[in-house]
Amino acid sequence: MKTVNIETDVLVIGAGGAGMSAAIAASGSGAKVVMVDRSLIGRGGATIMAQMTVAVALGEQVPDAWQRHYADTLKAGRGLCSEPLARLLCESGVDAIRQMDRWGVGWARDGERLVQAQAPGHDRPRCVYVDYLNTGPAVAKTLRTQVAQDDRIQRLGDILVVDLLVEQGQVVGAVALHLTTGDALLIQASATIVATGGLTRLYKRNSASLNMGGDGYALALRAGARLIDMEFVQFFPIGHLAPRLVGFDPIMWDPFRYKLGGRLLNGLGEEFVEKYGHAAEREGYTVTRDAATYAILKEVEAGRGSPAGGAYLSFQHVPEATLRKAFGPIIDKLAAQGIDLTKAPIEVAPIAHYHMGGIRVGVDMSTDIEGLYAAGEAVGGANGANRLSGNAITEAITFGFQAGRSAAAHARSGQRVAADRLVELAGPALALLETAPVPAPSINVAALIAGLQAVMQTHVGPFRTEAGLGRALEEIASIKRKLGEALPGGDGPQDPVRLDALDLRNMLLVAEAVTRSALARRESRGAHQRDDFPGMDEAWTLNQLLGWRDGHWMLETRAVERLPVEDVATDDESQGVRT
Amino acid sequence: MSKQDNPGMICLNVQRGVGGSETRVQRYELPEGAAASLLDGLRWVREHLDDTLAFRYSCINANACKECMMLLDGKVVYACLARLQPGVEHTVAPLANKARIRDLVSEIAPVKERFGAAGDDDEQ
Repeated sequence: MKTVNIETDVLVIGAGGAGMSAAIAASGSGAKVVMVDRSLIGRGGATIMAQMTVAVALGEQVPDAWQRHYADTLKAGRGLCSEPLARLLCESGVDAIRQMDRWGVGWARDGERLVQAQAPGHDRPRCVYVDYLNTGPAVAKTLRTQVAQDDRIQRLGDILVVDLLVEQGQVVGAVALHLTTGDALLIQASATIVATGGLTRLYKRNSASLNMGGDGYALALRAGARLIDMEFVQFFPIGHLAPRLVGFDPIMWDPFRYKLGGRLLNGLGEEFVEKYGHAAEREGYTVTRDAATYAILKEVEAGRGSPAGGAYLSFQHVPEATLRKAFGPIIDKLAAQGIDLTKAPIEVAPIAHYHMGGIRVGVDMSTDIEGLYAAGEAVGGANGANRLSGNAITEAITFGFQAGRSAAAHARSGQRVAADRLVELAGPALALLETAPVPAPSINVAALIAGLQAVMQTHVGPFRTEAGLGRALEEIASIKRKLGEALPGGDGPQDPVRLDALDLRNMLLVAEAVTRSALARRESRGAHQRDDFPGMDEAWTLNQLLGWRDGHWMLETRAVERLPVEDVATDDESQGVRT
Repeated sequence: MSKQDNPGMICLNVQRGVGGSETRVQRYELPEGAAASLLDGLRWVREHLDDTLAFRYSCINANACKECMMLLDGKVVYACLARLQPGVEHTVAPLANKARIRDLVSEIAPVKERFGAAGDDDEQ
């Protein structure tokens, strides 16, 4: 008979920036916390990959107010930001980022003041960072240290949560796979926080880590919680394409552009961004991500791409001394791989980078299901149809703190189910995990995942059509049939076949969620561009909510949540500032 | 396929096994250009030849997660940083000073972050 392996007040799933922030806040509110991660604690996920900008209205360089940041966030979000969530990000972000400073993250300083860089979409310099390209690692390390010093937080790596357990509309625990042994684990929790990040692993070209296959969305869907605006996948316009670089994150050129500008050129060596109605690049790095993605892919489509199928990014006009001053050690690492920015441009192309959609939450981070919370990129709605540069880390920490406090409060009042009832609820998930290994299986799960990534890149990427999305649904169904009901693998510790099979099960569900939402939105807005419905349609200034019950999808539209204008009006002092 | 026909072919001789069980060496042949880094090579093997080969990584190419440590030709490397040489016979093995879990996956998590490892502080 299976018994309960882990008991806790608050279960945090995912130990990236959002998960660690949630654990710290839940513990700070008096809860006993167990934080699990499918990988190592504080080393996987997206936070650690962040290279530079963290947007927050600190007013260190020029006067600023959170309302200005909020106005820019809403503008970038093309009318779809859930305003209470956007406000939380911008307003509480100020304290969160100051708290990180007090914890010694090491934001870059210019004398006494923090440096705040200008980034696209912001009306003034607003982005703090840690040199050189070290923002994510520094944030992750700072949070890891805080978590490790907290006796109320138990950290457990190599644990993959397979399903949440729901009793009478309330999440009461989870079934997980302990990767180190291959054993199933039963976790009892009074409140659970999903902090598993986004879904960029669904795409062939991505800037994600392996862990970002959207598993938190699948957990939430199967538990009965709804998702919001799943069609909005942000493509980062200038991901590294060629020549092959080993050991660098593909979004590495963004910080170069913040500091040095750089010129985006088509295959003929011409500047092209202004052709699509945006300010010329010589005015600075101002074009937003959705617009740049559009411009690059349209040039490629017109036969004016770079040899590897993207655009050129050139820093040849930047003197070597300037390059060295901005990125000294990085310049040496590039030289070791034969790249000299003073001599030749590199090639870049759009890659899946962030997901604006996600789990629908209230401003307290509670989902549709009692006892279930979400934090960070797993949350949908704060960034609308397009995320403003620098909002992701601010969101991770701010929403993490919020979710941790809310979950701890819930855990104080929540009732635990009896252990034998928990075992009963876990039955189907345990049966799934106990599927015996298939001798000499005929499918390769790693190849099936690669196949799904190719389908999503081709048909559910930055440009979409009804025909392509329909094709994607057929391909998803076909991969689902190949995977079958039983799970391949299951042969002891760290079995990569079983791990991929569990991931693919989630990825297929989430891929379908994105595709169905994209099919329904018959307009183009932000990161969702329909070739068959060009242009924004005012009538579509709506969010889409998606649920999944007993194998059926339920998609509906909802008015965007707004705040009274007077609550978010900018004060006079910062309004008068010109930058 | 043989090396005479494909001078650019990459050969990976990978030490495999579960826990403390017997170790066997499995040879994988990758066509020229299939992979630049060792991690690319191992991922290519899983997608094209053998999805049962176990190795761990998280960030793929950024050298941020520090999970993909293993031995390449006897030296400790990050698989995402180590470059493969066309035409060379490489040996790939798990870390020598950590317990093997499966194939190239070693027990690298700090003791305090492992489930069921209370009191097991042999590596701290």
